[in-house]
Amino acid sequence: MSPYAVKLAIRHLLSHPGQTALLMAGVALGVSVFIFMSALIGGLATLLTLRTVGSIPHIVLEMPDRDPVTLSPNAHKQVVRQKDLSRRDQIAIWQPVIPIIEQTSGVTAVSPQIRGSAFVERGQTVVPVGVIGVMPGKLSDIADIEAAILDGSSNLPADGILIGSRLARDLGLRVGQVIRLSSDRGRVRSFRIGGIFTLGIAGADRQTVYMNFTTARALYDLSTGISRIEIKVKPAIDAADIAERLRRSTGLKATAWTEDNAQLFEGLDAQARTGTIIKAFSLVTIIVGIASAMLLSIVRRQSEIGIMRAMGASNGLVVSIFVLEGTLIGFIGAIVGAVTAWFALLPLPPVTEVSSGGLPIDPQQGDFLLAITLTTLAATLASILPARRAARIDPVEAIGT
Amino acid sequence: MSSQAIFSVSGLTKRFAEGEAEVLVLKGIDLSMTAGEMTALLGPSGSGKSTLLTILGTLMRASGGTHEMLGVDLMQASEAQRTEFRSKHLGFIFQFHHLLSDLSALENVMMPAASAAGRETPAMRERAMELLDAVGLPDRRNYRPSAMSGGQRQRVAVARALINNPVLVLADEPTGNLDRQSADQVMDLIRSINQTMATSFLISTHDEHIAAQCARRIELLDGRIVQS
Ligand SMILES: Nc1ncnc2c1ncn2[C@@H]1O[C@H](COP(=O)(O)OP(=O)(O)O)[C@@H](O)[C@H]1O
Ligand SMILES: [Mg+2]
Repeated sequence: MSPYAVKLAIRHLLSHPGQTALLMAGVALGVSVFIFMSALIGGLATLLTLRTVGSIPHIVLEMPDRDPVTLSPNAHKQVVRQKDLSRRDQIAIWQPVIPIIEQTSGVTAVSPQIRGSAFVERGQTVVPVGVIGVMPGKLSDIADIEAAILDGSSNLPADGILIGSRLARDLGLRVGQVIRLSSDRGRVRSFRIGGIFTLGIAGADRQTVYMNFTTARALYDLSTGISRIEIKVKPAIDAADIAERLRRSTGLKATAWTEDNAQLFEGLDAQARTGTIIKAFSLVTIIVGIASAMLLSIVRRQSEIGIMRAMGASNGLVVSIFVLEGTLIGFIGAIVGAVTAWFALLPLPPVTEVSSGGLPIDPQQGDFLLAITLTTLAATLASILPARRAARIDPVEAIGT
Repeated sequence: MSSQAIFSVSGLTKRFAEGEAEVLVLKGIDLSMTAGEMTALLGPSGSGKSTLLTILGTLMRASGGTHEMLGVDLMQASEAQRTEFRSKHLGFIFQFHHLLSDLSALENVMMPAASAAGRETPAMRERAMELLDAVGLPDRRNYRPSAMSGGQRQRVAVARALINNPVLVLADEPTGNLDRQSADQVMDLIRSINQTMATSFLISTHDEHIAAQCARRIELLDGRIVQS
């Protein structure tokens, strides 16, 4: 790239400020669309993921299933181990496992739990619920119950219980009232309602109750074991990988949230693909725009190019002038577009605080550098063909003697 | 004035394919010029003047005959060799100035040298300023072509033709687009450059008045030299 080519390219752009500005504005628009789409698709994925996984465990560790196992497959006789129903599904030795889990990278919260089903009785009404016994201080590790308390407090004394808002409404319950709970192990106890929460998830708000870990133990006849370990990880999208590592290090059955949310995954994937197509179109628009502008410019400057060729300019010089012009339009337009997009996206609220109806746009996922790089490359590509055409101009024809 | 030939062509022909038919435009030209000569190439429109100048200027190849200049056989030379030869030894002036509209007068004069070198150098700038002085436009250095008159532009084009110190300048109806007064100015300029710099000029024209200012005249008629 000779200094003379650089000089002539820049000179031509500066000599036609209106045309140059218009072209760059077109590129800038394309780049803004690119960045906006990246930020929107990324933000949307973040929001949907957050909404979906915010209140659920990312990984659940349980005892491996003791399903029937074929021990010796044989045509004549089959040896099968029966499903073992003599033992309860519990993680008997769980304390040593906790530090292993906590030290696994990506894990942000670990909550050993006692789970069981029970019936809430009030007058003649009996409602089935799921009981979650959580350790002190770990109430909000999986779902943020403390923040979801509508009424009362989140304290869990031995006889305290937290119930969901729907359950409270269905049964006409209020904080301070006493209810009777009978567990599926046949134990019955009275609890005082300490707080009412609402997670915005119908199932949880209607069917889940939280209680003290120790109380739950007694209710379910578990002297030392627990039912499951629930885990939060970051980023949530890596749950499957982390689950696989935990399965190997603990020997427990590990289920990631992604297994139960395949539809969400497909949705996010389709969204990302739509975004890619729109981004590709904005690049194609930039290529077509620059290529046609360059072609027009070359037709208009045919005689000038011819005279340069006649007076000793090489093919290479002519090609580099036009490729450089296209590249500069692309690069500067991309920078302008990226800066504009940055300032336009800056005042938007973070994705986590977006109100319903608002677009969840995450500027962090705007792919600014990728947009600038791809656009500049596209602009260079777009000007190569016109530039080569310029270099093929026959001086004699162009000068038209 | 040296009597050595700077170029010589003999039996030079040029035919163009015109659809199915072929047109023979130059029908065997024998011509040579010596250093410092100023020659008028006269002839009516369509007689083949531009075609001959274009071939002599290595912008187009002849169909037959010999073409030699400064000891180089230009019929055999490759395209790259001809391009290099052209930028080193030949200058051009056309009927239309064809100045680059984005460049100032000074930059336009430097263009042929800068194109070949890939950059503008202080030496080129110096030489271009001398040439603009010589063509009487020292105060128009930074003007764009659009801000100059037709005569001024053509004088810039003359200066541009001289930037590489060519042996021969080929001028194709250099005054064809100018009024009489501007035309005379340009011809005076060419004559004085011819005398002070010993540059040879071959100037095509169909104007007797212009031809009268040249030391030698050649007449072309229907692709043949009829008087030399
Ligand atoms: N590229 C070409 N293809 C076909 N015919 C051409 C071409 N260039 C010139 N001619 C023909 O050659 C003849 C001489 O043209 P030219 O050299 O331009 O004459 P002049 O400059 O003396 O007017 C004309 O008849 C013209 O039509
Ligand atoms: Mg002509």
